[in-house]
Amino acid sequence: MQKRAIFGSTSLPYLLLLPQLAVVAVFFYWPASQALWQSFLLEDAFGLSSTFVWFENYSELFADSGYYRTMMTTAVFAVMVAGLSLSLALLLAVQADKAIHGAGIYRTLLIWPYAVAPAVAGVLWIFMFQPSLGVVAQGIRSLGIAWNPLLNGNDALILVVLASTWKQISYNFLFFLAGLQSIPRAVIEAAAIDGASGTRRFWTIILPLLSPTVFFLVVVNIVYVFFDTFGIIDAMTQGGPSKATETLVYKVFFDGRLGGNLGSSAAQSVILMILVVGLTAIQFRFIERRVAY
Amino acid sequence: MVEHRGFSRFVPHIVLCIGVAIIAFPVYLCFVGSTHPQDVTSNGQMPLTPGPIFFETYYKTLFVGSSGSTREPVATMLVNSFIMACVIALGKISISIISAFSVVYFKFPFRMAAFWLIFITLMLPVEVRIYPTYKIAADLNLLDSYAGLTVPLIASATATLFFRQFFMTIPDELVEASKLDGAGPMRFFWDTVLPLSRTNIAALFVILFIYGWNQYLWPILITTRDDMQTIVIGIKKMIVTADALTEWNVVLATAMLAMLPPVTVVVLMQRWFVRGLVETEK
Amino acid sequence: MATVELSSIRKVYPGGVEAVRDVSLVVPNGSFTVLLGPSGCGKSTLLRMIAGLETTTSGECKIGERVVNEVEPADRDIAMVFQNYALYPHMSVYDNMAYGLRNRGTPKAEIDKRVREAASLLAIEDFLSRKPRALSGGQRQRVAMGRAIVREPQVFLFDEPLSNLDAKLRVTMRLEIRRLHNRLNATSIFVTHDQVEAMTLADQVVVMNAGRIEQIGAPGEVYKHPASRFVASFIGAPAMNLMPGKIAEAGIVETPAGRLPYDKNRFHAAGEVEVGIRPEDIHAAGGADGILFTPELAEELGATRLLHGSFGDTPVIIAIPASGTVHEKKEMRLSIDPAAVHLFDKVTGRSLVR
Repeated sequence: MQKRAIFGSTSLPYLLLLPQLAVVAVFFYWPASQALWQSFLLEDAFGLSSTFVWFENYSELFADSGYYRTMMTTAVFAVMVAGLSLSLALLLAVQADKAIHGAGIYRTLLIWPYAVAPAVAGVLWIFMFQPSLGVVAQGIRSLGIAWNPLLNGNDALILVVLASTWKQISYNFLFFLAGLQSIPRAVIEAAAIDGASGTRRFWTIILPLLSPTVFFLVVVNIVYVFFDTFGIIDAMTQGGPSKATETLVYKVFFDGRLGGNLGSSAAQSVILMILVVGLTAIQFRFIERRVAY
Repeated sequence: MVEHRGFSRFVPHIVLCIGVAIIAFPVYLCFVGSTHPQDVTSNGQMPLTPGPIFFETYYKTLFVGSSGSTREPVATMLVNSFIMACVIALGKISISIISAFSVVYFKFPFRMAAFWLIFITLMLPVEVRIYPTYKIAADLNLLDSYAGLTVPLIASATATLFFRQFFMTIPDELVEASKLDGAGPMRFFWDTVLPLSRTNIAALFVILFIYGWNQYLWPILITTRDDMQTIVIGIKKMIVTADALTEWNVVLATAMLAMLPPVTVVVLMQRWFVRGLVETEK
Repeated sequence: MATVELSSIRKVYPGGVEAVRDVSLVVPNGSFTVLLGPSGCGKSTLLRMIAGLETTTSGECKIGERVVNEVEPADRDIAMVFQNYALYPHMSVYDNMAYGLRNRGTPKAEIDKRVREAASLLAIEDFLSRKPRALSGGQRQRVAMGRAIVREPQVFLFDEPLSNLDAKLRVTMRLEIRRLHNRLNATSIFVTHDQVEAMTLADQVVVMNAGRIEQIGAPGEVYKHPASRFVASFIGAPAMNLMPGKIAEAGIVETPAGRLPYDKNRFHAAGEVEVGIRPEDIHAAGGADGILFTPELAEELGATRLLHGSFGDTPVIIAIPASGTVHEKKEMRLSIDPAAVHLFDKVTGRSLVR
């Protein structure tokens, strides 16, 4: 990973590294280790003193059915968002790849939601689906379907999934389009000459060749649901109603700030860290494989 | 390319147009809502065409603020967001480009250790260490300051890896030619590396500007004063009060204003945006 | 201008790979010396050590009167032309050539004068304001040489500069480099794996193999009197025919082709040897005498014709003038001039010349 031709200097390289290492040390390593340390502490009600309790915060978490529920919610949320946004994005990308004229314009018209802040996306969707003022909500109700995300947990989860999907489609679309465009035309043409129909070409040639992109995006989408949907949830439901839309990250935030349970919040942070490191490791293994492709 | 014949030629265009319409619909509705008075929007019977009070709403939003909540004019928030996004983008780019340069072009003890120290930060977003980070920022007296808003978000490795990746593609011979031409490391950096990195810097700036602009959790914690709010958290604060009091036209106008800068950046600098997005993920 | 003197140069990479083993070489002032060898033979490493881009493990490198082992590349008073040209992509042609002079604080007027002179010498005046990417391969090559020329260095170093050009351009640029050398008369060291380049450009060819020098000599010399089996097989196309042999008596060696006379005043040999004969030194015999040979395949090259066949089990190639018709698979008789028979040690491969 290093150049053949390098410079020799004793202090300069350290000087160049210093700003970044300083920022990383103060705002990354120090807080991360604090989180780890805090996860072993139990604070009293006033936050005045704390005792070292080993793994008590962790064992309490794993004994808490609420924590499992949050895990399940996060998992369901992740599967729905990933499934929905990946398939819609793939559909659009395949069409954009086919549209010889105007592919660039379609790309422009489809990628901008990436730039919308999650919290703002939440506001847009709550405005459409809020039961009393949402235009779309009124439409749904006029069809005779009961719809109230403020009271019904499933409705709330659907709403959060829709908003999160809306924001993520553009990202997936971009990567799918890039993946499709990197498939050699000749391969597809050969398949056409071999008598494969359009649909068959998609399932037997295009999708297998696209599978590295799909794997990559699945991991990215899971990480997205874990962390980047915080703003969406906070703007739309605040984890409610009755915790139906509470994800793991939201719980860290909620328990630490509003619940005042820093020890448990820290323990949750540590569990999340382990989860993310695991996901990243999978991603790296996969990237290595992609290189070998 | 396998050409399509007959009707199937139009299928992609039809599908894409439907897609574009669905993607754009929430924003269109948001715009429409921002131009109707509160009593029209709040009963769920809002028409689907723009209303009469476009200028009033946006003037009020920008310079007066929502009467329902913080009363902070959104113009201030826009300035805050802009400063935050720019400082995060430029700060990250500058500390990353020099650290990547150091790791790639020098040989020194603990080089790999330093690289890994930076690299690991890639794995843990700020959300998972949010309270300890908040506490440190508070201890350092960074609450309600631009430094507090930005510096902790600069602590990550994406940009460093991005530049390292790029530097590895600069041919070794260019360094050697520079050496023969009498250029030392810093001269090589200014005369060759920096000019060659121009498009990469632009690409990264676009991505990081959006990243900074859209920050939510961290600004909520670190700012307490209304005049330090960014626009993204400002919106949220406008709708926490009871529904009836929410001035939806102002909220929606704020949402439009919050989307406008990053979306403009993406659309106008699309080439760099795409490149930045694809390259930082490697 | 300066002489380059290398004595007992070695390069060992971390990990123990020995790229250059004990090389001593004098590049006379004003000469055009070509380092020739297959890839991985250490020729590029040697050049890069002269440039100062690689450190020298042991030995001494002298440019002019100065030992330069510890001197930075920029201060060695050398210029180098890289294989991929290494032009600064963001600078104009003019700036590419001027950059090194600017870094040395050369006065502006002087820089301008030198750049324009070099540009006219290389016929690239019209491109001075262009960026390298707007140039063709040959033009980039010229700019790379221009960048070297403006420096007015004591020594020019060329690291396979023609290998990125297409075959036709390579021939043109080769001639041009030689012409330029004749004009500037600067000491030049040129690395290549292409023997034709070496033969046409060099005053002095240095044939390298596995980190060592196999032979130093004028192009004609290394062709006519290869010092080892390696040189014999590396230089000349098609390669020299090699076959086992046994000295029957002084002046006669027994080979699969029969008993062949050799020049016993030149070679001192006994017992088993390796016999080398160039394809172009084997001729068709006029009469019914001579070595019996059945061509299996004929290749027409225009002026010459290559006949592939074998003596016993040893495959041989013969190059004869392409006149008349040759029928494959038809027996013919051959003659070999005793002066064209080379003898090499069977074990060491060194020439057995006295």
